[in-house]
Amino acid sequence: MTRKTSLTMESNQSNQHNSLLASEADSQRTLYPYVTGTSVVAIKYKDGILMASDMGGSYGSTLRYKSVERIKPVGKHSLLGASGEISDFQEILRYLDELILYDNMWDDGNSLGPKEVHSYLTRVMYNRRNKFNPLWNSLILGGVKNGHKYLGMVSMIGVNFEDDHVATGFGNHLARPILRDEWHENLSFEDGVKLLEKCMRVLLYRDRSAINKLQIAKITEEGVTVSQPYSLKTFWGFSAFQNPTVGAEGSWWVVVRWVRPNPDQKKLRRPPLLLPLILPPRSPQLAANLDA
Amino acid sequence: MFRNQYDTDVTTWSPTGRLFQVEYSMEAVKQGSAAIGLRSKTHVVLACVNKANSELSSHQKKIFKVDDHIGVAIAGLTADGRVLSRYMRSEAINHSFTYESPLPVGRLVVQLADKAQVCTQRSWKRPYGVGLLAFAIGSRSQAAKTYLERRFENFTNSSREDLIKDALIATRETLQGEKLKSSICTVSVVGVGEPFHILDQETVQQLIDTFELVTEEEPPAPEPASEPAAADQGGAEQGAGAEQGAAPDEGVAPMDI
Repeated sequence: MTRKTSLTMESNQSNQHNSLLASEADSQRTLYPYVTGTSVVAIKYKDGILMASDMGGSYGSTLRYKSVERIKPVGKHSLLGASGEISDFQEILRYLDELILYDNMWDDGNSLGPKEVHSYLTRVMYNRRNKFNPLWNSLILGGVKNGHKYLGMVSMIGVNFEDDHVATGFGNHLARPILRDEWHENLSFEDGVKLLEKCMRVLLYRDRSAINKLQIAKITEEGVTVSQPYSLKTFWGFSAFQNPTVGAEGSWWVVVRWVRPNPDQKKLRRPPLLLPLILPPRSPQLAANLDA
Repeated sequence: MFRNQYDTDVTTWSPTGRLFQVEYSMEAVKQGSAAIGLRSKTHVVLACVNKANSELSSHQKKIFKVDDHIGVAIAGLTADGRVLSRYMRSEAINHSFTYESPLPVGRLVVQLADKAQVCTQRSWKRPYGVGLLAFAIGSRSQAAKTYLERRFENFTNSSREDLIKDALIATRETLQGEKLKSSICTVSVVGVGEPFHILDQETVQQLIDTFELVTEEEPPAPEPASEPAAADQGGAEQGAGAEQGAAPDEGVAPMDI
């Protein structure tokens, strides 16, 4: 949806030749996203699907918005979660609203299930990328219809697949290893929520775009419920957060981004590495200063 | 010289309040050779009678596969039937491309009905002269209908074979003294775990033989001396399988199915 810069060479040339026509003739495309949401994590559980995402909307690296709902119900049987460009997500929601409306207008007892909506989204995303004007999102679609659980993903360019647990963005790196270890088919609702909260907590610690205000949504044969926003309990005293790269061989010096006095800990020990992460220094200039 | 002035388009009413183009199209359906459909809980069988226009030509195809789960049998103008089945095929394939799931049959029917209805509202159009799978349509379909009405309560729990047998018997009812042979009928099946397909001629002949549907030689029905009705209404001649036995009393009254 965001249109800033002309993309093609031809349009640049036409800019030079005729700047009056240029604004009409050029097609303006999303070259990079503006306001973005970060990871969404979703799992199958005993009775259906659980999905979690925080409510942050980042303007570049600024955490600009704090109440963006990124999980929405679609029709009776589906739940959609999105990361990426928020305005593109809103456009997708408009498409889906129309799709569901026209589907209901048949009034013949048939309705689109999660599989159909997922397939539709795949077509929309791939179609837009073929126009070199992609919708800048990773989408997660989950749902239950006729006792059948469905959970799948679609990427910005239309890549799509189904799985028992999925996560977008950073979640794919930080949450899915946890899910691979701990997920099983017969998770109860409570255990499922606990598992998702564990994932969201790791994301909150390690993803700088994540914020501590999230929603969890559930979809079963009975219907959809999206929770009120809430926060997770956090503990920032882990020594790994004090100086994350100490002891990581070959790592660069890293400026500790915030320093919090930790009375329990007098001297630095090798921190227990929760997850191996190499954080670069903030800027090359700073790095050069540190080397000197 | 004395052409009908009120049948040139579909939005002009005759002084007697009739729409001739609509009546012609219904007449075309009535004169086409019969098509029959019946279903059980698990299967649907479509059957039809094939009429060759001459000794030197083969008959026209009257049963079309639309998708794995949909097939259609037609009576009336085969050209119109083919246009409509091409439309249905494209709707079905577009649906399965977009949603990766089969198009609900009911939806296709409503869509088709809406499409056909529009033809009665545009002066430059004419209604489709073809009927698509009611329970029995086409010429002498009344006989088949009578048979089916007597038996339909048992169809729900019929086996696949019984359903085919009933379809063949109903088809036989529409023949006028002619012997039921695989060469003059087509049978198709769709069911649970069985994608729509048309049975090949040998299979149909085997079925006819095993069911012993042709036991005694039936006496040929007396041919009607002439062909009344229809001719004065024009249009009727275009019926593809125009047949001799069009019921004389029915004229151009609306179909009573």
